[in-house]
Amino acid sequence: MAELEVKNLYKIFGPSPKNAYKLSKEGVGKDEILKKTGNTIGVNNVSFTVNEGETFVVMGLSGSGKSTLIRCLNRLQDPTYGEVHVNGKNIVSLNKEELRDLRRNKMSMVFQNFGLFPHRTVRQNVDYGLEIQGIALEERKKRAYEALELVGLKGYEEMKPNELSGGMQQRVGLARALVLDPDILLMDEAFSALDPLIKRNMQDELIELQEKVRKTIVFITHDLDEALKLGDRIAVMYEGTIVQIGTPEEILTEPANDYVRDFVENVDRTKVLTAETIMKKPIAVVDSKEGPSAALRRMKKEEISSIFVLDKDRKIKGIIDIKDAKRLSDKKEKSFEKILKQDFDTAKLTTRIIDLLPIASQTHYPIAVLDEKNRLSGVIVRVSLISGISRNGGEQHVE
Amino acid sequence: MLNDLTIPQIPIGDLFERFIRFLQRNFDFFFEAVNVIIRSLVQNLNGLLIFLPGIIVIIIFSLLAWWVGTKWLGLFTLIGLILIYSMGFWSSAVSTLSLVLVSSIIALIIGIPLGILASKSERASSIIRPLLDFMQTMPAFVYLIPAIILFERGAVAGTIATVIFAMPPVVRLTNLGIRQVPTDVIEAAKSLGSTGKQLLFKVQLPISLPTIFAGINQTIMLALSMVVIASMIGAGGLGQDVRTALSRVNIGFGFEAGLAVVILAMIIDRITQSFGDKAKN
Repeated sequence: MAELEVKNLYKIFGPSPKNAYKLSKEGVGKDEILKKTGNTIGVNNVSFTVNEGETFVVMGLSGSGKSTLIRCLNRLQDPTYGEVHVNGKNIVSLNKEELRDLRRNKMSMVFQNFGLFPHRTVRQNVDYGLEIQGIALEERKKRAYEALELVGLKGYEEMKPNELSGGMQQRVGLARALVLDPDILLMDEAFSALDPLIKRNMQDELIELQEKVRKTIVFITHDLDEALKLGDRIAVMYEGTIVQIGTPEEILTEPANDYVRDFVENVDRTKVLTAETIMKKPIAVVDSKEGPSAALRRMKKEEISSIFVLDKDRKIKGIIDIKDAKRLSDKKEKSFEKILKQDFDTAKLTTRIIDLLPIASQTHYPIAVLDEKNRLSGVIVRVSLISGISRNGGEQHVE
Repeated sequence: MLNDLTIPQIPIGDLFERFIRFLQRNFDFFFEAVNVIIRSLVQNLNGLLIFLPGIIVIIIFSLLAWWVGTKWLGLFTLIGLILIYSMGFWSSAVSTLSLVLVSSIIALIIGIPLGILASKSERASSIIRPLLDFMQTMPAFVYLIPAIILFERGAVAGTIATVIFAMPPVVRLTNLGIRQVPTDVIEAAKSLGSTGKQLLFKVQLPISLPTIFAGINQTIMLALSMVVIASMIGAGGLGQDVRTALSRVNIGFGFEAGLAVVILAMIIDRITQSFGDKAKN
């Protein structure tokens, strides 16, 4: 079931949202609406769903409406029109008390500039959300300590936020959100204020943490690399609308329009594209059915110098050289056993290209790509690696 | 040309006087109640400080200064108060101090909530701001006139005039302090499910405390300066002494009385400032 569902959400700032809404529905552009009515459309007819346990990244430049959008999700800003469903319940119609309940139990938020309470210690920052619910000191201390340990801040409990580095401060922010054990975590440019190195560290740790806690995360960022790294799916926002929603690979390989294309042009593709996107259909022989002479014929036809040998479940038994196959074929032998070699490399469908590069530079066999059941699903040769990295149908450029 | 135009005179002064008379006639019971309360407050505090031997009071204040500030502040307080005592202004200083304390406390009790209100609502802020401008820039003597009409001449009218004159800084700085709390801190508190009350008392007020203390400090200092002026309507204290010196053209006595005011002001200022620094940490 979808944990979070946003339907036709609008956030309109200005004196007459109704007019602006009407004009927008008629297809009038944002600038013209501003000129005519004095209203700014922050979020313009946005719809998406986020599944349980998914990390959903909303990416856009400043002014694209992404921060407004995330604030509509926990109603730090009230949407002008549209619905936000959490577990099937429309939270736009909640009253004050129900809304507080939602914020205390269901969704927490992490902020770009941390938003820590300067007058409270680290521990008191983290247990604030429990304190305002009237939970006893002993209990909330215990839970705060647990949350701090989870984010790697054990031993810093009694310090004040301004005594910590930026990265550590954001860990406090994260612990403060996690201590409430929410189902949904809203992260608004959570790492954008950090140094690049610390930022990367925090991203890695978030991925690790996410493996442990499996929250539904909505992550806002203006950093494409960050979006591609963290997102299970990414929504690209432009001028208040979502122009594309897709997996990182889809965003990279099938940009929906020129805006997205320009955006993704300079990305380090090796970090995002996986073996699955660049692998080729495997050329292989099946042991029980075909012998060395069939393999030899296949290799000559495909102009390759080695070929994988599979069992009848398409699992790899080994790889053979064209020279060895010729020898066996000349002797009219029927079995591959003597010439099967095992010194080939394998990769999973989800292995990223950047991790394949060192392997590819060492092996002289193709890399075998295996699916979840260890069956041969494709092969990667050096040429396809290079063409996968370079954009615009790179294969033509490869000599 | 302008002389030829006949712009009718608008009787603002008349209207105001009628308003004050109206208050006097119809809300007498209210002003009488205020009168009784303030008089008993000032008299009791004054009585207590005068009843105790001077040296005990001096030591108590010095220890307080030491506790909130440094030992140097304690020492300064000790020497300053002994000097006032030795110049023969002790009972005047004590009565001035009582007046300052009572009017400051009243100003704070009214001013801090007003500041909070102004920070929470734009409409309240737009009403309160010109009111504060009025209170701050209207020449201080002018308050004295309606004050003696509505209250009896003496300490009470002096206190009321002082409250009005001294209140603006704490209202302004409370408002400013709360508005200066960073947005993301407010959003964080809200996003964790704070009620309005929790937001105010657990986040906004504690964070703006240093600024509010600066306002409290300013209010107390203004109260002290007004109390001297209030001697014109018989509020007594050091202001009375300054006035006496002025009417007799007694240079030495005037300087001594003025010096006593300065010493008192510096002690009160440093002590309240140290309170503010304590709040910061």
